[in-house]
Amino acid sequence: MHNMTADARPQESGNHGTRLVQWKSFYHRLRKNKAALWGGYFLLLMIIVAVIGPLLTQYDPTKVDYSTKLLKPSAAHWFGTDHNGRDIFTRIIHGMRLTLSVGFISVIIGAAFGVVLGIISGYYGGKWDTLIMRITDVMLAFPGILLALAVVSVLGKNLFNVIIAVSIFSIPTFARVVRGSTLAVRKLEYIDAMRSLGASDGRIIFGHILPNITSPIIVQATLRIAVAILTASGLSFLGLGAQPPTPEWGAMLNDGRNYIMDHPHVALFPGLSIVVVVIAFNLLGDGLRDVLDPKMKK
Amino acid sequence: MLIYSIRRLIQTIPVVIGVTIVVFLLMHLIPGDAAQVIIGEGAPKEQVEKIRENLGLNDPLPLQYWNYVSGLLQGDLGDSIRSNRPIADEIFKSRFWITVELAIYSTILAVFLGILAGIISAVKKSSPADIGVMFIALFGLSMPNFWLGLMLIQYFAVDLGWFRPSGWGTWSQTVLPVITLGTGGAAIIARMTRSSMLEVIGQDYIRTARAKGVRERIIVYRHALKNAMIPVITVIGLEFGGLLGGAVLTESVFAVNGMGRYVIDSIRARDFPVVQATVLVLSVMFVLVNLLVDISYRYFNKRIDFD
Repeated sequence: MHNMTADARPQESGNHGTRLVQWKSFYHRLRKNKAALWGGYFLLLMIIVAVIGPLLTQYDPTKVDYSTKLLKPSAAHWFGTDHNGRDIFTRIIHGMRLTLSVGFISVIIGAAFGVVLGIISGYYGGKWDTLIMRITDVMLAFPGILLALAVVSVLGKNLFNVIIAVSIFSIPTFARVVRGSTLAVRKLEYIDAMRSLGASDGRIIFGHILPNITSPIIVQATLRIAVAILTASGLSFLGLGAQPPTPEWGAMLNDGRNYIMDHPHVALFPGLSIVVVVIAFNLLGDGLRDVLDPKMKK
Repeated sequence: MLIYSIRRLIQTIPVVIGVTIVVFLLMHLIPGDAAQVIIGEGAPKEQVEKIRENLGLNDPLPLQYWNYVSGLLQGDLGDSIRSNRPIADEIFKSRFWITVELAIYSTILAVFLGILAGIISAVKKSSPADIGVMFIALFGLSMPNFWLGLMLIQYFAVDLGWFRPSGWGTWSQTVLPVITLGTGGAAIIARMTRSSMLEVIGQDYIRTARAKGVRERIIVYRHALKNAMIPVITVIGLEFGGLLGGAVLTESVFAVNGMGRYVIDSIRARDFPVVQATVLVLSVMFVLVNLLVDISYRYFNKRIDFD
């Protein structure tokens, strides 16, 4: 899962004409990448569902009604109902907001910290580099979901702490990718030239390094949202994240676990929803990588 | 080679120390009074004080860490608050080995399936087989393993009755958890193998071999695969970590009494010393496995110079 190298193309910043041409060429290449395009469209659809979806269903996502419990999928209840008689389709639609929010927020926070650390590490090098890379080594030594799990276990189980935990879990990956890309850009001759002309570090970093490393950051963020959603839903499934009756998909799977033997639809749909959302991010991320970073490999 | 191994071993020491610091600090990240949180609201003051004393929470922080590490060096992982017994006993009697077994079987499955699928995909690039394999891999990569576990239980244990839905030890209890845990890794390894194979196949020496009239089969399996495996091996080492983490979820789904289930039960019971110990043991194991992977990698590829 390591990204070995990042492509660093020098680009003129602050020139809007060039920017526009770049965007057009980016869009043109993206359009040729069918998978990415589908991933993108799908994501757009999901965002729309998350925003206006709850208006489209007549049911309450949390109201208990035992007279309708564990109904099979039908015209009235597309995905059936759960053991509390709640419409599963409605709950999934409401859960979309939570899932996307957790994914986006935790990755944005993780990326923000990771980018700062990665740039310091890659640009200044030396002691800072050693220190930051040692810290990321330690963070990456916790296998998979375990770091997030440990953080939630001490902070307490709720969705907010899951976001914190997943953010922390994302920091080292971003720090490494950004460090690698920063190193590659810093070695370019024109950066050297700028420095010898007396440009300040701030100007070089914000004006030239950052614009040149946005591609790997965007690619990493997209793929990382997929991981974040899986991790967060896993924590909720373990009972450490969103608590019932919150319509979070992982929590729904946990909540309905005892009923799935006779009523498989209770577990089928929340799980499928996670799969579909994560596939969309993975497709888009893979496609963006092919388009933005031809040299970056998985 | 020996020098490399020793140097690599020395490099892991700061990482392991870092892991102990993080694990140690976990207890201190608990919002509020850790002893109070552990025993629960409304417990008598003396009991809270007793827990605090037992955990050494009254000592200055550096001293606490020193005591913690010197305990670890003597194989003392602390005592469980629930059972009052040494955690090392509770872990290493059976739980640890169950998780290791689960992780190893799943790794074998992931490596075997992943490499096979990756080769098929690369050799038959752009064929329906390739597209099919890559779609399945994308699905496998995007699937929460706990959900896959639930679906497998539903279909193969409940509907068909082929396997037992819970527990660990017998053949019929092993199959479903191993598939559940191994699928994600298989997907990642398949994708890695494919892209690595495609890159190698495009290189000059493969073209030379073809030009010489070497049979395609030999080109693929003897020439290309060997070099294509180099990045794949690293991924396998990293995936092993994903598996150790994923084991927590898999064990929870299949009621397997390993480290994962132990840590979850302990979180629920606020038995933090156990949470610390399990996280520590799994992380150190992951670090050691990666060390072994790196060293063997070096051994098999003597011409690679890491410096």
